[in-house]
Amino acid sequence: MNNYRVKVTVRLQPEVVDPVGATVEASLHSLGFEGVSGARVGKVVEFALAAGSLAEAEKDAAAMSEQLLANPVIEDHEIEVTEAVTRAPA
Amino acid sequence: MKACVIVFPGSNCDHDAQHALSEVAGFQADFVWHAETDLDGYDLIMIPGGFSYGDHLRSGAVARFAAAMGPVQEAARRGTPILGVCNGFQVLLEAGLLPGAMLRNAGLEFRHDWVGLRTERTDTIFTSACEPGQLLRMPIAHGDGNYYADPETIAELEGEGRVLFRYCDEAGETTPEANPNGSINNIAGITNERGNVLGMMPHPERASEMILGGDDGAQIWRSLVAHLEAVPVG
Repeated sequence: MNNYRVKVTVRLQPEVVDPVGATVEASLHSLGFEGVSGARVGKVVEFALAAGSLAEAEKDAAAMSEQLLANPVIEDHEIEVTEAVTRAPA
Repeated sequence: MKACVIVFPGSNCDHDAQHALSEVAGFQADFVWHAETDLDGYDLIMIPGGFSYGDHLRSGAVARFAAAMGPVQEAARRGTPILGVCNGFQVLLEAGLLPGAMLRNAGLEFRHDWVGLRTERTDTIFTSACEPGQLLRMPIAHGDGNYYADPETIAELEGEGRVLFRYCDEAGETTPEANPNGSINNIAGITNERGNVLGMMPHPERASEMILGGDDGAQIWRSLVAHLEAVPVG
């Protein structure tokens, strides 16, 4: 088994209203950053994953995203899988 | 008649629901832990409000994988009446038993207040005791009640008459001001295609006796009892 780092970024779909993003945008405006527009707030889920290969890790991460991490009715997700950096023995 | 209330870690309206079902509606009402895998023999399944699993990730997202949700899915297919209130509605959406999803309330506030509801249909198992267009008053208490579905799904729900309740003002008008959370078309409660699964954000169990400030919620229990008494139980 190899160790991988998985990063799943979950965002509301572009056509879905984002009340959190709208509030962040209004707050930034009130701080004087008047050029801000189109603020959207999503979330990032990161974890370590033991898997036989990169392809297997990607397949597992896709299944996890579809079943739990993102709700396909309102959210899109992006998956990044990288080989974990293994620490050299002391 | 037997009803059960599914209890998840973080459910907090389970006792109110069990009380209303047993003391007001007259069911033999059991608490059923989320790990239960057998729900045979229940004529009504209620998924109560609360914050199951802390609402982590998304409201209802984790509860939908509880063991008890398997038999809930089967019961839904058999036509057993299923009522999800507040967090229970969110669980039904995450479980795919009802279409759409909940977004954070417009304005981001947790809204807790009494709201007006317009009964859109009375030829259903949940609303047969209501007068057509009857205005009901019930409490809401939620942060994620902003009902969303894509335009095709909304058209389907509206076209098939699956919106049972809408937020309205005292005149029965579904104005933006009467909408506490930004839900599309002031939607407060919807059913599945077959009409045996209802999800609603307002709390009928908190409005079933006058000592609680109102008893309009009891109309839902009366409707369900009338339905169950009219069909063979099993």
